[in-house]
Amino acid sequence: MTDDRVFKALADPTRRFLLDRLFERDGRTLTELESELEMTRFGVMKHLRVLEDAGLVVTRREGREKLHFLNPVPIRLIHDRWIDKYTERRVSALLELKTELEGGTA
Amino acid sequence: MTTSTDTMVATQVYRVYIKASPQAIWDAITKPEWSARYGYGGSVEYDLRPGGTYRALTSDAMKEAGAAMGRPVPDVAVDGEVIEADPPHKLVQTWRMAMDPELAAEGFTRLTYEIAETKGGVTKLTLTHELEGAPRLALLLSGGLEEMGAGGGWSWVLSDLKTLLETGGPLDPGDQLNQG
Repeated sequence: MTDDRVFKALADPTRRFLLDRLFERDGRTLTELESELEMTRFGVMKHLRVLEDAGLVVTRREGREKLHFLNPVPIRLIHDRWIDKYTERRVSALLELKTELEGGTA
Repeated sequence: MTTSTDTMVATQVYRVYIKASPQAIWDAITKPEWSARYGYGGSVEYDLRPGGTYRALTSDAMKEAGAAMGRPVPDVAVDGEVIEADPPHKLVQTWRMAMDPELAAEGFTRLTYEIAETKGGVTKLTLTHELEGAPRLALLLSGGLEEMGAGGGWSWVLSDLKTLLETGGPLDPGDQLNQG
């Protein structure tokens, strides 16, 4: 089940950190991503592999480099399947409240 | 949109797995009777050969919504030119949001659809949009303007396409009327 893989991939702080880095700036190399983590290259590769298997990261070759892109579609599918259907209004109200309380600019 | 990092976020890649044949996905992208049924809901016109014209027309719902907001909507939503058409596997084209003057001013971008069969009747659709010099369009297509009623961009469109092809209906039949 694809959803299971997505939830499992997201259930790890390092992998969420990697997704956040790609959200900030997409299309990064392993070396760039590795430089932001206190982890071996092999460790980062393993995490990227899990993200790729879940479809959350898509890689593309550009010249000699392998670039990693965030693929938001699996999260969108979960959003449309689970959140939109049952709780969107409540969730967005809570998110607004959280943003407000934490002093963000919604 | 003026920081140095923004200029580097120039390519967006989206991938979705759909339980449908490559031909069904190709048709859903290139035929007006399909394109009107998901995402932004406009019908497309494709001349599927290098140099051929591409146009996505605004739907009646978009026109009504535009008129209601006092912002008339033109007939053409998106325009461009076909660069490569290899049905049902690969389509490369230019793509420009024509219905909004500011977005139109960002010029033509390059869009690639790749359709590959995998096992079990599931097809992999990868969309690569090269958005150099089009930061506002990039924001729109990443879903960054969804709260403003501009739709959820490519991930929303592809999610809707998957639902249409797998279940025969859009996510929310009323949704297209409220978007765009």
